[in-house]
Amino acid sequence: MAKKVGVIRFLGTNCDFDILKWVQNKGQNSEFIWHEDQFNTQDFEALILPGGFSYGDYLRCGALAARSPVMKSVNEFAKQGKPVLGICNGFQILCEAGLLPGALIRNDSLRFKDEWAQLRVVNQKSYFGEKLNPDQKIQLPIAHGDGRFYADAETFKKIQDQNCVWLKYEKNPNGSMADIAGVTNAQGNVFGLMPHPERAQFSWMGSTDGDFFL
Amino acid sequence: MKCFVKVMPREVILDTQGRVVETHLKKQGFKIEQCRIGKMIELDLTVQTPDEMAAEVQKMMLAGLYNPLIEKYEILNG
Repeated sequence: MAKKVGVIRFLGTNCDFDILKWVQNKGQNSEFIWHEDQFNTQDFEALILPGGFSYGDYLRCGALAARSPVMKSVNEFAKQGKPVLGICNGFQILCEAGLLPGALIRNDSLRFKDEWAQLRVVNQKSYFGEKLNPDQKIQLPIAHGDGRFYADAETFKKIQDQNCVWLKYEKNPNGSMADIAGVTNAQGNVFGLMPHPERAQFSWMGSTDGDFFL
Repeated sequence: MKCFVKVMPREVILDTQGRVVETHLKKQGFKIEQCRIGKMIELDLTVQTPDEMAAEVQKMMLAGLYNPLIEKYEILNG
């Protein structure tokens, strides 16, 4: 039976339909989940938190979304070892929720970066990272103002020791620590990245490297 | 009962906004060493005593009003 992927929508999420179509194009079922609802973790095989500007980026990017009712279920889902992927604002939300290490702060250039990024795979992971091999180069678009990955010394050491670095930029666009573009949790079932794989589905989009993630 | 919470980026964080304003002020010839920009939160609480207020604000901060990884805060009485 095809997998069912839950796509979580917050106020201000704006890549939700792209992701729904992306998942459906891959022959999987997908369904939206509203941020005020909670869900039965048995109903889904995987979850994706899309990008956007949840709650207008008020307080801090992802801070308010990370504390909305649906996150109780997301947390439970992640604790069961099931796969969760956060893209862009979804990545910020997962960091704010404590499901991923570190934080994402304003780009060092202070500019919103909307461009193609060349990425290098650091560690192979299961689920969303299954088809990505170490040292593989891929190209995905980025579109963010707050994508500079930051971790304090202790957190950074943990990230490295536990092989949590997933993707790195070949050319750092935002001042991210150690060129980090994506990380996972220590268990390897929660994923976050700033680039947008759902915006690289077809060759007319400029790249099909999003294929590797589903 | 009112209070203000000052939230500032930690020293180790490159405060890009503060840096830009700092450069701008320096270029205008102001006598300035450094500029850092944080935020001020004004809270009007339904508590009766300063102790209750401090406890309640602390709970709110831990519930997500600040991110200890990148920010520090200070409660200022209104």
